[in-house]
Amino acid sequence: MTASTAPLRSRVRAPRHVGDSAFFGAALTGGLLILVALAAVAIFLVVQSLPAFGVKASELNNGFSSFWTYVVPLVFGTIWAALLALIIAVPFSLGIALFISHYAPRRIARGLGAIIDLLAAVPSVVFGAWGIFVFSPFVQPFYSFLSTTLGWFPPFSGPVSPTGRTVLTVAVVLAVMITPIITALSREIFLQTPRLNEEAALALGATRWEMIRIAVLPFGRAGIVSAAMLGLGRALGETLAVAMVLSPSVVISPFVLRSENPTTIAANIALNFPESFGINVNVLIATGLVLFVITFVVNATARAVVGRRGGGKGI
Amino acid sequence: MASTTAVPGGIHAGRLPRYSPIGLLGLSLVVTGGLFLIFLLAGMTAAYNATGAIFFGLLLWVVVVYVASFVVEGSRRAKDRLVTALVCTAFGVALLPLISLLITVVSRGLARFDVAYFSESMRNVTDAGGGGVHAIVGTLEITLAAAVISVPIGLLAAIYLVEYGRGPIARGVTFLVDVMTGIPSIVAGLFAFALFELVSGNPGYRAGIGGSIALSLLMIPIVVRSSEEMLKLVPNELREAAYALGVPRWLTIVKVVLPTALAGIVTGVMLAIARVIGETAPLLLVAGFTDSMNYNLFDQRMMTLPVFVYTQLTQPGTNVQAFFDRAWTGALVLILIVLLLNVVARIVARFFAPKLSR
Repeated sequence: MTASTAPLRSRVRAPRHVGDSAFFGAALTGGLLILVALAAVAIFLVVQSLPAFGVKASELNNGFSSFWTYVVPLVFGTIWAALLALIIAVPFSLGIALFISHYAPRRIARGLGAIIDLLAAVPSVVFGAWGIFVFSPFVQPFYSFLSTTLGWFPPFSGPVSPTGRTVLTVAVVLAVMITPIITALSREIFLQTPRLNEEAALALGATRWEMIRIAVLPFGRAGIVSAAMLGLGRALGETLAVAMVLSPSVVISPFVLRSENPTTIAANIALNFPESFGINVNVLIATGLVLFVITFVVNATARAVVGRRGGGKGI
Repeated sequence: MASTTAVPGGIHAGRLPRYSPIGLLGLSLVVTGGLFLIFLLAGMTAAYNATGAIFFGLLLWVVVVYVASFVVEGSRRAKDRLVTALVCTAFGVALLPLISLLITVVSRGLARFDVAYFSESMRNVTDAGGGGVHAIVGTLEITLAAAVISVPIGLLAAIYLVEYGRGPIARGVTFLVDVMTGIPSIVAGLFAFALFELVSGNPGYRAGIGGSIALSLLMIPIVVRSSEEMLKLVPNELREAAYALGVPRWLTIVKVVLPTALAGIVTGVMLAIARVIGETAPLLLVAGFTDSMNYNLFDQRMMTLPVFVYTQLTQPGTNVQAFFDRAWTGALVLILIVLLLNVVARIVARFFAPKLSR
């Protein structure tokens, strides 16, 4: 039997086309180029960073004693600003996502989503300009008020910045910038809630909020966490809005209303890179490498959270 | 029959009238609007603070709705109404920065939205006048080059992942695309600079093509993601029908799968362009800035629109207002380009989408 089936199988096998293998090769090359590009990013950044790790104080043009004393305040500033932005953005984003998925009339819900996506289309340099000239003057009086009434809470203690260009302003601008992505992701997840769960809750007499609390939110918890983490990744890497709005200094400071504010890695690179040369360029590239590692960890965590839930759509 | 007790006030007792939330919203806005008008008349604010009036009006509304509902309907419904009000407020508050930003950019940008702006560069201009044509040309060239680099790579990678992708290589590529999505734009700029510094041996290297490489690094993952989604939407029946007719696999992909997904892919590419065209940080690092026109991607510094806005704002000359005006017009042009790309992309998606039977 085996002797007779073997030639039969070979007879019905489709003919091999040259085009097929060429096309497969091209597609594979496309995929592998991505691999090469990322490997190149990692290698170039590491190679250019190596001289910076052992830099001597005399060679640094910023008055710091070593690379590490320079980078630690920057890391603090980066995470601090991004976390503040996240604290502001997440409640709003979840509210907007719920509004679009469960509250707004069906017919206009898509349009409302597109309006929020418009925020994502505004370039960061425009956000920066708006932050300087419109938003900072707008919030400054509130900061004075905040400091006089809640000054006993250490982060709000004075003296208040007269320009309003503080880390809190930056955090609000960043929050506006990351709201669209968190909204879009959590909206998708809320819409995936099984319809039967929602209807069962309503049939038991739950109000709309109780239905959301017992059916929608538990279903979307992992998705919400990962959406927030992806938003955090965006905020960590945001450059120009921070560089323009903040009056920066390389310090560790938990005060959000004062004139002296911790700057972020990305903003620091943007501000200092054009005037840097020699070893100081390597120092800036090394801080960029640190930023890359931080965002990588945050994004990987976000994806791990989605992956564990299973069935999560790759976003 | 005697067991049915008449409910005083009928079936709607214990409920707020249907349109009361909207009515209360109007009332709250009127109250805070009047309050801010008093502030204006009392001289406490220089101009009428419409944003503040709306913001605090919404806050007042949330409180009023909760209290009214708690009194009439009880705690459960009050909480439901509170959340409804909060959710609507969140949406309304999110619109405020968008509206404020658009009004600012349009009103300040129109001052220099003239012919000179689109025909003159900043060469030898230190005062009023001049324009941003060198920046517009630079942005278009650099973005176009970035698209030329990233669209073939992204599309081929997407085809590989959807049509061929199995096993460790496909998993690896998917993972790396995820990693790439998270690369901060400034890191992409640093990479492009490091690459060209090494290739050219010039420690102060600046040229437009470096910006294109940096942007394509940001653009490739977006193109891969969107093309992948679109290719996955092509029904398997179409592929199977082509195979059944004896069409080889690559022809099936080129002649059947790609045309079906084309509208979606074009939309994705345009949205990807819209995403990267506003990037400032990488271009600031590797394309640099200049006041002169430069058509050559491969030599010398090249101005781009976002960097133009940035330098005009941060390094104003003696006539500060002229520099700011040019910056705002640049921002307006940039937003118009991005909006145009978004609108055209949506039109393509709407009208050229294949008619799949669903």
